[in-house]
Amino acid sequence: MNKNRDSVLETKKQCPRKHESRSADSELPVKVFVRNLNFYYGRDQALFDNNIDIYERQVTAIIGPSGCGKSTHIRTYNRIYALYRDQRTEGQILLDGQNILEEKINLIRLRRKVGMIFQKPSPFPMTVFDNVAYGLKLHNKMSRSELEGRVEDALKRAALWDEVKNQLHQPGTQLSGGQQQRLCIARAIAIEPVLLLMDEPCSAIDPIATAKIEELIESLKTRFTIVLVTHNMQQAARVSDYTAFFYQGHIVEFGKTSQIFENPLKKQTEDYITGRFG
Amino acid sequence: MRVRSLARRSFVNHLVMVISAAVSAMFLFILGWVLYEVVSRGGMALSWSFFTKLPTPPGIPGGGLANAIIGTLMITVLAVIIGVPIGLLAGIYLAEFGGESRFANVLRFTCNVLMGTPSIIIGMFVYALLVVPVQRFSGYAGAAALAILMLPVVTRTTEDILKLVPNTLRESALALAAPMWKVTLEIVFRAGKSGLMTGVMLAVARISGETAPLLFTALNSPYWPGWLEQPTANLTVTIFNYAMSPYVDWQQKAWGASLLITVSVLLLTVITRFSLKDNRK
Repeated sequence: MNKNRDSVLETKKQCPRKHESRSADSELPVKVFVRNLNFYYGRDQALFDNNIDIYERQVTAIIGPSGCGKSTHIRTYNRIYALYRDQRTEGQILLDGQNILEEKINLIRLRRKVGMIFQKPSPFPMTVFDNVAYGLKLHNKMSRSELEGRVEDALKRAALWDEVKNQLHQPGTQLSGGQQQRLCIARAIAIEPVLLLMDEPCSAIDPIATAKIEELIESLKTRFTIVLVTHNMQQAARVSDYTAFFYQGHIVEFGKTSQIFENPLKKQTEDYITGRFG
Repeated sequence: MRVRSLARRSFVNHLVMVISAAVSAMFLFILGWVLYEVVSRGGMALSWSFFTKLPTPPGIPGGGLANAIIGTLMITVLAVIIGVPIGLLAGIYLAEFGGESRFANVLRFTCNVLMGTPSIIIGMFVYALLVVPVQRFSGYAGAAALAILMLPVVTRTTEDILKLVPNTLRESALALAAPMWKVTLEIVFRAGKSGLMTGVMLAVARISGETAPLLFTALNSPYWPGWLEQPTANLTVTIFNYAMSPYVDWQQKAWGASLLITVSVLLLTVITRFSLKDNRK
């Protein structure tokens, strides 16, 4: 049964179906190929035949009205949904050419490569330092001084170092919301993932902190491939290179951000972007 | 439609408030009364020898309950050593892995039944299992009975506390490529630490006043507890025996022992409360 399905997908993989509205330039290397991705919460289907290419070292924004499957979509990239028994996927997600939806995929190895930032800042109940060191210690054996260097480096890249360098040994939960979110970013990038998933990272924090995180995304782009879910269209327009518009579990349109916002091909996209619904 | 009288509604409102306040006051009064009796009668019994000496036969002055104090401590500590790890692990299973599976639901139901089981029945059970075969009462059997009493309390509070830990925390740790067991032990457990401590403390408080399960298991003894392989002196059975005796000095010692247990449980509860507040900062 399973084998059968795989072989069907295999043929599809050989001739990837061109995305209908794709105007993206195919010069860029593709980090993630998503083909015919379906997602189910129990019996309810939430994603329908999603096809998308995530380009390396670009920011891809995922926009759409609430409940359209944006978060569900990126939660498949690191298979975090596997925590819940009744959630399952069909289709293919090729990360660096490997189908991560296969049963035999080692989830720890996968998540080592795919970092994730959540909607609500979620610092661990430990010090600022230990929050960032946690992932590093999970995967590496290193001396204290090396660990300190890596933590500092991650905090600097997350533009948080100057604010917390004197309170590294305070609980991470005592930081402000925006700082907590950057702490989570530092924690995620410390282990050097290749793909960074951000699930509405700014929805729980104030505008100034949001601006800081947007700046941060811009600078992280040089090292990481970023997929950003946002319900803030201005944010997508500001920080992303590519944009996918989701509606009711379907990818309605995917293309360069400038094209999506200035010259959408689909009526639905245009309606959403101009604020006629959603 | 008729508009209800505002005066009437406000009267009923006041009435309910007054009744509930009166009931609360009565409750506090009874609690205060119990404490007053225990302190005033037990206070007199407490002396240096009460804590350091073995009991004396009736009529002979002096003597104390040192053996029962130590025996109770030993039995309780052993019960905690047996009961807490099993309870914690079962609670972890229910909260993190069991979900709504059949086995988990059976386990939950069993816990509820066990929690409602009269402690004397647990005592009988352990008596049949650990006392009858070896033909000897022992402190071990007492500890086993108390451990069984703790189990459902620790299991259910552990489950409840772990379920309060937000899922985003689990997801964040899993997303950092941590294996599930590390997520549970290093993140979820830490987040629920103070709640788990409270659960354990409350379970200890719960068993420290139990008499019935010890009556059939540890029994009592006028000697030092040794290594629990013999019938073991303990405070609650001592209270039971002494309070029923016709000797005034024994009755007074029973009050003293009651005061000691009351104060210990009170201290345990207060300490737990304070340490909990500290951690919530």
